[in-house]
Amino acid sequence: MTMEPLLLPNIPDLHKLEVYEANGGYQMLRRALEMKPEDVTAEVKKSNLRGRGGACFPTGLKWTFMPKSTDKPKYICVNGDESEPGTFKDRQIFEFNPHLLIEGALIAAYAMGVSVVYIYIRGEYIAWIRMLQQAVDDAYAKGYVGQKILETGFSTEIYLHRGAGAYICGEESSLMNSLEGERGYPRVKPPFPAQFGLWGCPTTINNVETIANVPLILRMGAEAYSKIGAPKHPGPILVGVSGHVNKPGVYEMPTGVLLTDIIHKHAGGVPGNKRIKAVIPGGSSTMILRGEQIEGVAMDFESLKAAGSSVGTAGLIVMDEDTDLIRVITRITAFYHHESCGQCTPCREGTGWMHKILTRFMNHEATMKDLDLLLDVANNIEGNTICALGDAAAWPVQSMIKQFRGEFEQRVMRSAEAPVASHAAV
Amino acid sequence: MFSDQQLSRIEELKKRYQHPRSVVLEALWMWQDEHGWISEEGMKTVADALGIPPHDVFGVVSFYTMFNRKPVGRHKIEVCTNVSCMLRNSDRILKHIQDRLHVGVGETTPDGRFTLVEAECLGSCGTAPMMQVGDRYHEDLDPQKVDAILEGLK
Repeated sequence: MTMEPLLLPNIPDLHKLEVYEANGGYQMLRRALEMKPEDVTAEVKKSNLRGRGGACFPTGLKWTFMPKSTDKPKYICVNGDESEPGTFKDRQIFEFNPHLLIEGALIAAYAMGVSVVYIYIRGEYIAWIRMLQQAVDDAYAKGYVGQKILETGFSTEIYLHRGAGAYICGEESSLMNSLEGERGYPRVKPPFPAQFGLWGCPTTINNVETIANVPLILRMGAEAYSKIGAPKHPGPILVGVSGHVNKPGVYEMPTGVLLTDIIHKHAGGVPGNKRIKAVIPGGSSTMILRGEQIEGVAMDFESLKAAGSSVGTAGLIVMDEDTDLIRVITRITAFYHHESCGQCTPCREGTGWMHKILTRFMNHEATMKDLDLLLDVANNIEGNTICALGDAAAWPVQSMIKQFRGEFEQRVMRSAEAPVASHAAV
Repeated sequence: MFSDQQLSRIEELKKRYQHPRSVVLEALWMWQDEHGWISEEGMKTVADALGIPPHDVFGVVSFYTMFNRKPVGRHKIEVCTNVSCMLRNSDRILKHIQDRLHVGVGETTPDGRFTLVEAECLGSCGTAPMMQVGDRYHEDLDPQKVDAILEGLK
């Protein structure tokens, strides 16, 4: 499947406003402003766009949760926290097509009657924040953003908000707390953001790439858009490929492309033509798959679900036959332990315990009981926390044990054989 | 102390939000950009500028990894060692820097030039291994490239 890139078209200097305008930029904002707001939402709903931030939630449906009549201000938060290991796609939009994001945010704001859009970006992306700020300033200067946009009655502001280093702030309720100036603790849901979001006001949080798809839907029409790629999860998708491939990078493609094609055709295959041992399909929180399992599996919601994993952020991490998977899962678990916000005991303590047990496997000090304990701890984190970070920490461990139990057992057996030697070295 | 210019910037930013507290991260950035780290004086200054208690500012500072709670070197080197970089041998980069600068992770060179830390995923997985030095990303690293970068940082 090939497709002309839509999110990241190969147009030099597209980040400049005049180039974006010369290529049809902000025409969809004009079109949207001539439509009724609810018709814009209906079009997005009809397109079957699903969120690109990890949960694959239907975007149009999410928009309909916003109350139509309320005396409170309404907000959009565009989630550019992009901190899921293996994910590096939103920064491409900030750098190469920032006006598509801005135009999408304006259309979304019009559709939901929103007067302020905050674009929350991770603190480390300071260079990209500056790039996007430049684009926002240019759009303000041309009257696309601000008061009485394009001389209509519609007004909305766009403000960038810089984070300061916390993975958890990519979780939508944590993002809102961070934006309010609090510690980035996730909130208990319900109430959901559309009822009780920023400062208790109706709020919708969408990922950067999700919002960037909105102008494309209006340009093509929902009908045509919904025919791109996988029917239940249509549209272009930015797939980030990293790890053991010859050409790592972000590739735009329709949803529904086979993982094997992504790895071999787009990303140039595995160095040395080595066998693929394992693949993490959508960022480090998604369930790991065995190399032989990915035959026939495609980068879309349904296909990856059937395979026992998920699309996540479409950050595909490839591991060749020589990869030490115990080391991989120990590193991933160290990450979740570091990033746990500390509110919920199962996650705060459990991620630390998992890391300790995995370190025993790393050091050849583990027993078979440790494997049971590790799984037990993971199972007791899953589903028992306020936010999805708990699940995100548990799933990689659970799936690693399920798919590669032998790797753990091998460490146990080796440790049983050589405990004296390893202790003697200390 | 914030300068008049910084204070008027903070006042400007406050208008963007329902509550001045939302400016806390940006005000802390202002302080850190100038002083290199967030001291107690920094937290108190930010708290005063926003009209919130200093302990609330401390709560924020301690939550986020990018705020330095003690002085750091002129150049803070953050080497990503998360999974995608690890698979592309970030170990070698980290060890090379340690050997070259004679510092461990979390340490600062005696001349105060560099502080070395390990970072979580910085979103450069397609150009791994990588490090961030100050505001800048350095990607597709090898030891030679690291040497050239470090030599350029005085």
